[in-house]
Amino acid sequence: MSYLSLTDADREAMLEAIGVASVEELFDDIPDAVRFGRELDLEPALPEAELVAHLEELAARNAHTGSELSFLGAGIYDHYVPAIVDAILARGEFLTAYTPYQPEMSQGVLQAIFEYQTVICELTGMDVSNASGYDGTTVAADACYVAKHVTGRSKVVLCEALNPQVRQVVKTYAPGFGLEVVEVPHHDGVTDPDELARAAEGAACVIFQQPNFFGCLEPAPDLAAAANAAEALPVAHVDPMSLGLLEAPGNYGCALAIGEGQSAGNYQSSGGPHYGFIASRSDYIRRMPGRIVGETTDTAGERGYVLTLQTREQHIRREKATSNITTNQTLLALAGLVTLSWLGPQGLREAGETCMALADYAKERIGLPLLFPDRATFKEFAVRVGRPADEAIRAARERGVHPGYALKRDYSGMEDALLVCVTEKRTPADIDRLAEVLAEVAA
Amino acid sequence: MKLIFERSKPGRRAAAIPKPDLPIPEVPEDLRRRKPPRLPELAEPEIVRHFTALADRTFGVDTGFYPLGSCTMKHNPRVNERVVSLPGFRDLHPLQEEEGSQGALELMWRLQEILAEVCGLDAVSLQPAAGSQGELTGLMLMRAYFADRGEADRRRTVITADTAHGTNPASVTMAGFDLQKVETDARGNLDLDDLRAKVNEETAGLMLTNPSTLGLFDEHIEEVAAIFHDAGALLYYDGANLNAVCGISRPGDMGFDIVHINLHKTFSQPHGGGGPGGGPIAVRDILEPFLPVPAVVRADERFRLDYDRPKSIGKVRGFGGPFGVFVRSYAFIRAYGPALREMSEVAVLNANYMLARLRNAYELPFDRHCMHEFVLSARALKREHGITALDVAKRLMDYRFHPPTIYFPLIVPEALMIEPTETEPKETLDAFCDAMLEIARDAAKNSKLLKDAPHHRPVRRLDEVKAAKRAIVRYQFDEHPDLGGDASEGEAVEAQKGA
Repeated sequence: MSYLSLTDADREAMLEAIGVASVEELFDDIPDAVRFGRELDLEPALPEAELVAHLEELAARNAHTGSELSFLGAGIYDHYVPAIVDAILARGEFLTAYTPYQPEMSQGVLQAIFEYQTVICELTGMDVSNASGYDGTTVAADACYVAKHVTGRSKVVLCEALNPQVRQVVKTYAPGFGLEVVEVPHHDGVTDPDELARAAEGAACVIFQQPNFFGCLEPAPDLAAAANAAEALPVAHVDPMSLGLLEAPGNYGCALAIGEGQSAGNYQSSGGPHYGFIASRSDYIRRMPGRIVGETTDTAGERGYVLTLQTREQHIRREKATSNITTNQTLLALAGLVTLSWLGPQGLREAGETCMALADYAKERIGLPLLFPDRATFKEFAVRVGRPADEAIRAARERGVHPGYALKRDYSGMEDALLVCVTEKRTPADIDRLAEVLAEVAA
Repeated sequence: MKLIFERSKPGRRAAAIPKPDLPIPEVPEDLRRRKPPRLPELAEPEIVRHFTALADRTFGVDTGFYPLGSCTMKHNPRVNERVVSLPGFRDLHPLQEEEGSQGALELMWRLQEILAEVCGLDAVSLQPAAGSQGELTGLMLMRAYFADRGEADRRRTVITADTAHGTNPASVTMAGFDLQKVETDARGNLDLDDLRAKVNEETAGLMLTNPSTLGLFDEHIEEVAAIFHDAGALLYYDGANLNAVCGISRPGDMGFDIVHINLHKTFSQPHGGGGPGGGPIAVRDILEPFLPVPAVVRADERFRLDYDRPKSIGKVRGFGGPFGVFVRSYAFIRAYGPALREMSEVAVLNANYMLARLRNAYELPFDRHCMHEFVLSARALKREHGITALDVAKRLMDYRFHPPTIYFPLIVPEALMIEPTETEPKETLDAFCDAMLEIARDAAKNSKLLKDAPHHRPVRRLDEVKAAKRAIVRYQFDEHPDLGGDASEGEAVEAQKGA
């Protein structure tokens, strides 16, 4: 086996040093009854070339965004990932290190996390970010746990226009956290601040998404104000790629900002691994989950970085920890840092503008009725295709175009609604082709 | 070294964004960003140099030996990086129609089957994002199982060992259970008397790592399982140490009902500086109805996602889980085939060889053959020479080794927890042992050398107390405080590092 380094002579010498006759003797402590008496029933080992061929064969049976013109978004987005991300993430030092427990060995990754935390704070207008959460769903559950402890309340309010996967994960976590989940319906694609204000009474937090799952721009400052009036923590779930154009949650009164980082720097990868981000005002720093890197000095007075505020964490505080998280998504967050450094403030703004321009062009070019015609949108919008959307998708895919997401998978009354996503990677010609295909497949 | 923000200059840029000849719509005034985020402004050459410099200041398995106990820092085969980058995996959307993702679904289904075989259990969900989320998911399954039986109000307690990873008690709290701890006996097994006294009709289950964080296989595992099963409770296996027993002893055969597997430990997903991980769970058939949705199932040679699981706990993470991690781990296992057993054998051989070489220079709290890792104590060095586990760890850095996990498990004072993994050559094991022996000698005759270590890293010992006190957790641009010159206010704390 090529991943193992011992020769037969090594093994002999090592067994002799240990004082046993065989490797088998080392397992004497395992009771006979629980010993595994046969060979594992696994397929035979594959040499590297055959392994690659096998994986190529599996990969070839997937329709990816290089083989199919895609307008599928709904939480995972086909934005451009710069080449330097591949180059930097391939550095073995980043790839094969672990959590920087020993800071003198890990100044590079610690500094990268500190820079990542800064970038997330800048994007969201917050004071503190952790080193990353698992994804855009679990950070919502994290935010609820923070809010429960900060407010002592046990109700959380979710807007219905919040990504359904996020809502499902919060609901899964809620019983263990002792939380009751209340959902507030949307009206014509956005949340009504007055209705939200009523639901927020007695709530620990309110989570809304900007832009929301339908692509519509929520009246976010009014939603945050509604939550604040009820002394519930306003939590904005935001898309990093929108934050060159849209106001930062910290600048309109939010207590926490969370989101899925994939759009900034990660490939779609069928759903992961990606990074979730969670950032808050400084008031909640000691309730934040997971790793946080802080600045300090060494014994010579030189600047350096360490994992800090660890008395929040499971390895110190155990059952009283702010979270059980240990392994996070550092490598994917590093991809986010590299990408956002590559974009810079100007590039981030321009990428957002291109998405908006193309999405507007697509709305006009497609010409189908919009699901929410009065709403401003960012890079996604919903149209009515006049027949069950899944049928239209199937017919469009036969023509080489994936036209979007069928909202009926999550919302009743949206049988014919198709959520179309346009990133800066699509061109006007791509959109012309989409319009052509939709004209053929829509009823 | 400068922060990337300190290399930034207004007007510099790297990215050129496509700009179609279309009008740019206005963002409504009240939603528009007023002040741009202060992202770095650099051209590409300087970005690459910056991150290359950061990589140079980071130590990975590729750099050298990394025996961080309980973390399984083995070599990460590069073929796995090649296959995960195939466009059919990398550029696949998770909401792609089933007919457009048959290859991905088949890979997931195959990995489920493999993990079920390795664990000796019936059904697998790949969804949890990491080991600790696997733990939480497993406890949610316990909760759902007892709720289904009408016993949820009664079964409030989950028992963990005093050697447990901190994640175990933290997960117990997050899942809404009460925690009870059981002690370790003189041979390093669970104390059966203590256990019998604590297991009753209020017990929901046990969380146990086996081999334990002491690197020891619990010799009474059958009795332990019987105590819980006789009380109607369930057993959860923390798979952090599965690398010791693949093909040798299966958690399901030991009596465990729920297992999480750390794909980034046993199955070689690179650790990435702290993640990503993967934490699939395998369960006995009685728990299958409660697994997260969607389930990946095979029907008539087709693969599909099954959401129709009325008893399911729901979703614990977005989509089907961290798919790229599955690709790497699947490729890793297919490269071994049934010889996975040899992987575990060599991991155990390597650990026992190091133990044999070091056992006279450091205290050995439990004198048995170890499994894939072992725990020594620097207690005697501390008592006799004032040299702590932290000092030993820092001095190892000067030999270009990553230190082992220290100050864990908590029941061993001045713990040094060493896990070599199977991928290291004997020469490396010997060089590390030589360094450990020399450090033990230097403790007696040159303790200042150890106290001042490391001497050859980019920074000297860092002041963790000051970091916590000042809590500077982001760059603050013009208002950024200057900590320089203000040398050590405190000493590094004796807190767990690793595991």
